[in-house]
Amino acid sequence: MRWIKSIAREVLGLFVDDGSFAAAIVIWVALCVVVLPRVAGCARWAGPVIFVGLALILVESAMRFARRGTK
Amino acid sequence: MEFRSGMGLAMAHLAAARLGATLGAAFLASLVECVEALTVVLAVGSVRGWPSALAGAATGLAVLAAIIAALGPALTRIPLHLVQLVVGTMVLLFGLRWLRKAILRSAGLIALHDEKAAFAKNAAAMRDAHTAGAREWESGRGWDTAAFAASFNITMLEGTEVVFIVVALGAGGSGLMQAAGLGAAAALVLVAALGFALHRPLARVPENTLKFIVGVLLSGFGTFWVGEGAGLAWPIPASASADLAIPCLMAAYLALALALVPICRNRACTRSAAPLAMKVEE
Repeated sequence: MRWIKSIAREVLGLFVDDGSFAAAIVIWVALCVVVLPRVAGCARWAGPVIFVGLALILVESAMRFARRGTK
Repeated sequence: MEFRSGMGLAMAHLAAARLGATLGAAFLASLVECVEALTVVLAVGSVRGWPSALAGAATGLAVLAAIIAALGPALTRIPLHLVQLVVGTMVLLFGLRWLRKAILRSAGLIALHDEKAAFAKNAAAMRDAHTAGAREWESGRGWDTAAFAASFNITMLEGTEVVFIVVALGAGGSGLMQAAGLGAAAALVLVAALGFALHRPLARVPENTLKFIVGVLLSGFGTFWVGEGAGLAWPIPASASADLAIPCLMAAYLALALALVPICRNRACTRSAAPLAMKVEE
């Protein structure tokens, strides 16, 4: 049943490439889901707040890779 | 009255656009996976013969169809906001991973996927496979188990990604599952027809451009679904549908990704005069 292991590895690989990148996304989403509904002041902008955090995570990860690639 | 009919028309356009975006995202993402599977099936078939290669691929497709048939209806029994939250997070992980990789490839930091090299590597592996099944097949008795297994494995591996994409994109609302399934089926038919006609890997498919586009689309969908699943609001006029946030998110991700490509390229070049270590994707 080697192919089952391969598929399990492939399925995990669908979501996780760079571990810290994937962890940052999950943590940010969890924070937003728990905290934002309780913050009445930013209700109208709660959706875009998720995007801003994810955009920063993407920028940081890509820049980190660019720096590491030259080492 | 006129205002109401105008709003109704705008809503209908938005729903059609959402269906179209779902279909398009499923088609493009599935196209990338189907091209990768086709390369291996062609390598297996051209070296070891077509019956076992095609039988392996067909069996893999049948198993995948059964998984979709089981998963699709099961998802409709789970509350929509929970599906949106969980699937949205998974779509985000998947979409942002593709987008990040496409940005790094466009910046020249990761080597592009080479279908011709993959074909040559798999064909050589098939030539070297001397299994019991191969000996039986060579003597004219039974199936070529090595060829069958190689074809089945790649169909299952790449197909699992397609199944996830279809289920993830289809879970966001009514009618979307059919649109996503149609997009994936169209990609499969197109790639199979091209493979049948050309008998060589589809090396000229702009894989990185497709991954870039799909990454943008999936990241937009994922962000919207997580927001909807958590009950968060979007800065959209009260008279319009919240769905209007989807194209806005996609446009924002596209602008960000396009801006990141030259920034990453420059950052890599200015930090070191040494040539970049190109990481070749498996």
